[in-house]
This record gives sequence, C-alpha cells and structure tokens, in this order.
Amino acid sequence: MKVKMLSRNPDNYVRETKLDLQRVPRNYDPTLHPFEVPREYVRALNATKLERVRIWNLTKRNCIRTIQAHEGFVRGICTRFCGSSFFTVGDDKTVKQWKMDGPGFGEEEEPLHTILGKTVYTGIDHHWKEGIFATCGQQVDIWDEQKTSPICSMTWGFDSISSVKFNPIETFLLGSCASDRNIVLYDMRQATPLKKVILDMRTNTICWNPMEAFIFTAANEDYKEVYHTKRMQHVICVKWTSDSKYIMCGSDEMNIRLWKANASEKLGVLTSREKTAKDYNQKLKEKFQYHPHIKRIARHRHLPKPIYSQIQEQRIMKEARRRKEVNRLKHSKPGSVPMVSEKKKHVVAVVK
Amino acid sequence: METAPKPGRDIPPKKDKLPTKKKRPRRYWEEETTPTAAAASPGPPPNKKRNRELRPQKPKNTHTAKKSRVSRKPQIVQKPRERRDAEPPRSLSGAQDPFPGPAPVSMEVAQKFRRIDKSKKLPHSKSKTRSRLEVAEAEEEEISVKAARSELLLTEEPGFLEGEDGEDTAKIRQADIVEAVDIASAAKHFDLNLRQFGPYRLNYSQTGRHLAFGGRRGHVAALDWVTKKLMCEINVMEAVRDIRFLHSEALLAVAQNRWLHIYDNQGIELHCIRRCDRVTRLEFLPFHFLLATSSETGFLTYLDVSVGKIVAALNARAGRLDVMTQNPYNAVIHLGHSNGTVSLWSPAMKEPLAKILCHRGGVRAVAVDSTGTYMATSGLDHQLKIFDLRGTFQPLSARTLPQGAGHLAFSQRGLLAAGMGDVVNIWAGQGKASPPSLEKPYLTHRLSGPVHGLQFCPFEDVLGVGHSGGITSMLVPGAAEPNFDGLESNPYRSRKQRQEWEVKALLEKVPAELICLDPRALAEVDVISLEQAKKERIERLGYDPESKAPFQPKPKLKGRSSTASLVKRKRKVMDEEHRDKVRQSLEQQPQKQEKAVKPTGARPSALDRFVR
Repeated sequence: MKVKMLSRNPDNYVRETKLDLQRVPRNYDPTLHPFEVPREYVRALNATKLERVRIWNLTKRNCIRTIQAHEGFVRGICTRFCGSSFFTVGDDKTVKQWKMDGPGFGEEEEPLHTILGKTVYTGIDHHWKEGIFATCGQQVDIWDEQKTSPICSMTWGFDSISSVKFNPIETFLLGSCASDRNIVLYDMRQATPLKKVILDMRTNTICWNPMEAFIFTAANEDYKEVYHTKRMQHVICVKWTSDSKYIMCGSDEMNIRLWKANASEKLGVLTSREKTAKDYNQKLKEKFQYHPHIKRIARHRHLPKPIYSQIQEQRIMKEARRRKEVNRLKHSKPGSVPMVSEKKKHVVAVVK
Repeated sequence: METAPKPGRDIPPKKDKLPTKKKRPRRYWEEETTPTAAAASPGPPPNKKRNRELRPQKPKNTHTAKKSRVSRKPQIVQKPRERRDAEPPRSLSGAQDPFPGPAPVSMEVAQKFRRIDKSKKLPHSKSKTRSRLEVAEAEEEEISVKAARSELLLTEEPGFLEGEDGEDTAKIRQADIVEAVDIASAAKHFDLNLRQFGPYRLNYSQTGRHLAFGGRRGHVAALDWVTKKLMCEINVMEAVRDIRFLHSEALLAVAQNRWLHIYDNQGIELHCIRRCDRVTRLEFLPFHFLLATSSETGFLTYLDVSVGKIVAALNARAGRLDVMTQNPYNAVIHLGHSNGTVSLWSPAMKEPLAKILCHRGGVRAVAVDSTGTYMATSGLDHQLKIFDLRGTFQPLSARTLPQGAGHLAFSQRGLLAAGMGDVVNIWAGQGKASPPSLEKPYLTHRLSGPVHGLQFCPFEDVLGVGHSGGITSMLVPGAAEPNFDGLESNPYRSRKQRQEWEVKALLEKVPAELICLDPRALAEVDVISLEQAKKERIERLGYDPESKAPFQPKPKLKGRSSTASLVKRKRKVMDEEHRDKVRQSLEQQPQKQEKAVKPTGARPSALDRFVR
C-alpha cells in the first residue's frame, strides 16, 4: 500500500527566535473564509461608526489656528495656487496676504503683504495659474500680486457684487454674483463682461465644476458637511485647500478658522499598515453605503439646535409646495400644466 | 559555453558603415527565416489535470526585449508591436525562456475564486449601473486568475492512501498504517483507556490543537493532544451529556444533567446557565459567537457567549430533540426528528426555514460538509442518505447499512465517517468537491466499545472517536485541508496571536439576525426594495397605482351631502377608475396575443380549437 499522512514540520510554522516576526501562512480559498459578506458588512458598520465617534469626541471638529486678520469683518479668503500663502479681504478696505504655515515660536502673526484699497471689498479669488487675483465690491477688480493698484475694473449694473470666482479650466473666465439676483460672466483678456443671467433668488456664491469647463453651481442654501463652534458667528466665506485636507472659513467676529476637512483622518505620514487599513475601510464604506443602517450612520450630522429646527421647517414647507404641484398636475387635463424641470424653474432671464 | 552574439543580429548597424545598396542593413529584431526558438522551447509540460489553460491576453515580452539589448547607443526604437512579439526575446547569452509568459492556470481553480453568479438576471437597470457591473465582472476574472496562480505558493500536500494491485483499502488496519508512516504521524494515533467513567463524547477546538472530552459519569478533561499536555481534568459529579469548546481553547461548555455549565480550561466553573435545562446537544457557531443548545423539553436555545444573553429560545414543537448539527457554510442548525424529518432553524425566525423528509423511521444522525453542499443523514430504517443542500434538497445517493449509524461526521476534504455500533466506516469521494461515494468504504476500524462521539480534527488527518472504553484517535490519510490560513485559525499561534485574533473576531461578530439559508444575501441586489422604490417614484410623478385608499366623499355643507349625492360622487370616481382599467387592459391585449401565438410550433392537433 502507498500511504502518506499530512505532517507539518513545526520549524516551518513557528518563528525561530523572539526577535523574528511571527510566520503567518495564507490560503485565500473561499471555503476557509466563510461568511465573507456578513463579516465585511459588520466591518463596514464599524468603520462608519468609528468615523462618527471620532467626530463626537473632538468637539465636532478640530480647530487648528485662529488669526486676528482685519479690523472689522473678514469678507473673503482664497489661497494662492501654490498653496504656500492665502489672501484675505475685509471691511477695513484692505487685502492682506498671509503665509500658510503658522508663525514660529515667539513670533507675531504678520501678513506678508498688505494692499490698501478705496472701497470695501466683499470677495476675493485667485487665478489658477498666474499671479493674478480678483476682488469684488462695487465692481470687479483684477490685480497683479506685485502691483498696488488693480490692472482693470469691470462692472455691469449698479449693484454690489458679493462674490467672484475664476474658472479652473478656462482660466481667463470669471463669474460673479451680485445682489440684484444676477450672475455675470467676465473675460479677463478682453477686460469685458460677457453674459448676465437673472435668477429669481439671489445667489450667495458660485463654484466652477473642475471637470467640465463651462458648468458652475450657484449656491443658495445647500450644505453637506457642518463645522460649527459656539464662538463662531455668522460665517461669510469658506474655502477648501487644494490638498482637500483643510477648510478655512472667515466669520463675522473677524476671525479666520482653519479646520480639518475630515475630522477622523489621521494627519502626517502613515505607515503602510495604517494606509491599507484606511483604504480597506474606505472601500468597505463605499461598497455597503446603500444598506439602511450604514446609510443612517454615515448621513448623521450633529447640528446646533437653531439650524436643525430651521431645516425641519424648510422641509415641511418644501413638501407642502411639492404636494401642491403634484396635485395640480394630477387633477388637470394631461398636458395643460407644463412640467418644468427643477433647473429651469429658477432662471428668470438671460441677457447677452 | 556562451558565445558572443553575432553583430549582425542584435546590435544595430554602426554609423560609419558604407551604405551598400545591395544589402539592406539588418535590424536587430529581424531574424533568419528559420528560428531555432521553436525547438529550444518545448513549452509548458502537459498536465492531465488541466483541461483548459488560461493564458492572459498580453504577454509581457516588451519588458524583456529592452533588457536583452546590448546597450551601445540607446536608440529610440519605434517599430510595430507585432514584430516584437513575433519570436521569444533573446538574452545576452543566447538562452531563451523555455516557458515564456506567465504560468498558465486551469479553469477550475480560477472558478473557485469567482463569486459573481452570471446566470442570475438583474432587473433592468440604468446604463451606468450596467457598465459598473461589467467592469466589476472583468476585474473579477482577472483577479481570479491571479488568485489561482497564487496557489503555487501553498506548501503542503494532502495525504493519501492507495492500495496496490487491487488491494481493498478498507482491509488496511490502523496498525499497518502506523508502521508505514513517519514517526510524527504515528504519534497521532493513540488510545485512552478510560473504562471507569462511562462512554465519552469529545470535541476538538477550532484550530484542531486542543481536545476536550467528557464521560457520562462526570469526567471532564481538556488537553493539547499533539504535545499530550493536560490542561485540566475534573469530575463534575453529574452526568455529562455533551461538551463543546467555545471560541477558543480557554472556555468549555458542558451540558450536564440538569443545567448548562461553562468552565475555564483550568477546570474552574465560571457560569451555570439555568435557563438551558436538560440539554442533550450543543453546537457552537464560531462567527456569530452563538452556542446553540437542544433540550429534552423540545426547545432550541441560542446563547450569545460574548454578551451572555439568550438571543432566541425557539420551540421546535417536535418533542425531544437529541439530533442536532450545524451547517458551517451558513450557520443554520439542522435538527433530526423521530418522524423522519430534518428541520433547518435560524435564530431570526420562529418557524423552521425548511423541513426535509429524509427517512421512514426516526432520524438518528445528521452531518453537513464544510462547504454546505451535502447533508448526510441516517435513520432507524438502516439507511444512510446524502442530500444536496444547495439546490434541490433531493437525495443524491443512499445505502443500506447492516446496522444503523448513530453518529456521522464530515471531514474538511469531504470524507464521511459513520459510527455503527462499535465499528467506524469512512467513505471517500473523488475529489474535494464531489460527494463521498457510498459503494465501498475507504477505511474501517473496530473499537473496544460502542461509539458515542465522532469528530474529524480540523487540520490534521485524524478522526477522534469517543466510545464506552475511552477515546481513540484514528489515522485517516487525506482527511484534512493541508494549508490553513494563519489569520483565520492557526494551530501554531502564540498567545499574543490568539489574543489579537480574539479581539478581531469579537469586533467582526456577525449579528444573529443575519443567519439565513444564503449567507451572501446582503451582497445581492434587493430586488423587492428596488421594485418598491420604482413604485414610489411613479407615485411621486403623479399617479399611484395600488396604494389608493377607497374614495371617501368629503362631507359638504348647505345640504349638498345628502345620501343620494354622496352615492353619486362615489359612483363617479368608481366609473373613472373602471374606465382607466379597461383602457390599460385594451393596451395589454395585443401583447398577450403576440405571446400566445409564438409557442405553437408543434404539429397541429385536434385540441387546438380549445387553446385561447
């Protein structure tokens, strides 16, 4: 007879000395790993909960640095494309440039550069490639970083402009929103305004789509992530950093705050194990994001009471309006009430 | 002996060469018309196991081509791709890779790593979803090939036992095997003669390193059976009906005469669970941390050992329960009853998930294999049947035994052991995936007393038998999975590794509500919810088909809501709905007629006139 028994040599499975690593042989056969899907589901649940727990523990978000920037309100903030400095404008008619790194030990927080202007500026944005930035207030000014007076000024209409943004792809294009409910597009090369769109609600700011050249979002009241502390009053402006790790916001009490965008993220250099664990958790959350329990936890945001109750109110009002629309549609002759898409509903006119 | 390569072949022509128009300078990639390459590389050796070989689409020859060039002046080579891949690349010595390209992989092995069930049809989805699914399927194919190739790295081979010249392996005795095998394996065969404390039941821990046994008269012991180091030995002064390790070798559950007790591996009693009384059988579900107990009172109780709560106490309504086993694939408990049925239970439901009629008399033993595909049952009608669990629940094969089998056990590689009286028979199948063939037994062994407990050791070729004379450890070559995964259950783990594993296992503990017949249910598209969501969308856009409350006419003032006018208003709405329905059915009729016309491809018969 021919016989062979399975016999393992322990020397191949046990480490030789205390100073070695442990040996872990792997076999990826699915029969040795039962319950893959439920276990991964539980891991996804844990990953989502961990993120939420960390947020709770850090008093909602982690504030890193506070700068006393302007006398009066800070109206606008933007980073330079290189990421080493950022600009702020305020009610004291100045434009200041600051370093991104904090001041060293014992040093005072000083701006790199200050420009004195003639009127109050309400917004600022920096060009994506060149050393040019634009401010807005009574009109839209285009400035060069080295000069103390604007290269050119553009305006259309007699109202104040609340924010200005450069297009990341077609870098000579600017968009601005004004207080009489319009959005104006400008061309920097020709120093003229291009087109004006009048909407039925005033936009607070616009944001260009970084992937598609001619699409931008006009923002009225939508927000997804919430960053709040008791000390921060009326927030005027918010900006991401280009590495998408930090958020800066300027507020009414003349402070700029720097926040971590992902509160539960670990900053600094991660070891390869930490990276794999982080990537695995990300992928699990993505895979199971539509399951009801996980969706509920991931969507949960802790809001201050006034905002929460306001949201509830708005929701009820919106529901009522929608129900009315639906009923109108249902009980009228099919075709008599036109269905207007949500996009077109808010545009009043377009002026060339 | 290596010769320098001829200049005309590999090296690009020098610049100071006189341009003779007659002979075009040959580039290094241009070979003579008779390549010796074909003869030098015989190709991969044929393997009778591999039916189809899977070769990846693009062989990585371009990389080696660059390496093999003699680096004189690095010239930019812009040539069409086909030319480069035409023949195998040459190295500096002129040697060629006899097995060009990555190692081929057989289809069955790659199939093992695939999880997407392509035969399932998904409901009509958006093009974005469909494209994502296609990408996922393509990725899965690639990855399954890579995983199949990684099987090369597995070090151990399974055992085997073959008789020569038509010798019947069933006639080979354990003593002969012990003589023929190496000394470490021979030491795995031992007999513990313990006649004093009654017939024994035994249990191996998850890793297969530790063994716990309990005798009917109260003797309980736990030891590391490989090193023969005793962990504890006590007498609980009560009848022991069943014994089980909990998640690791640190804790033992003993079903004693009255109640369920939990002991430490040092013999210290930790808990006495009075809610589980008169327990006959225990089963531990390792990934859910649930201890399932079946009792004489007819209750199946699930106890969560990580939090210490009873998750569910189900009344099986079938009298005394003393036949129980778990399905390791989906953590469903199988109970055998005296009316010949086997019922399947999950803690989430009060009713059994399924009931299978197996035998004409009572069922005496049930066992399920590790992949959850086959269930073996034996009953008072002296039959041993194997059922298919993952499809039709029909019997695949049956065999009449001279004496009914009171105990059944499956091994990791699909061997089936049956204990009939004091004889143990083991049947083997063709490969790992096929059911054991019940024609001829693979091995048999006679013990010194009737069998009371049977379990294959997880990662060793050993079958543990508890009988009235003590414990016997039998050698069964080819029973166990040779390559374990160190992160799941590692028989050679240290204390630190065990602690880390325990913490991770507790964090990943699957909630008891997720136990169902298909463990992959969470990853499937929830078709019911999808259809529900579709319906809700239709509703939002204007009309809602089903969820309409019966119309209640609003009571009006000024005498307008007399009974007659209410009835009139109601009738108006009903007529309108009726009209809508008729319109819809008129639209659907031509479609139905189309469908009915198609299938009559057969010969015309006299009964066709009655077909609508």
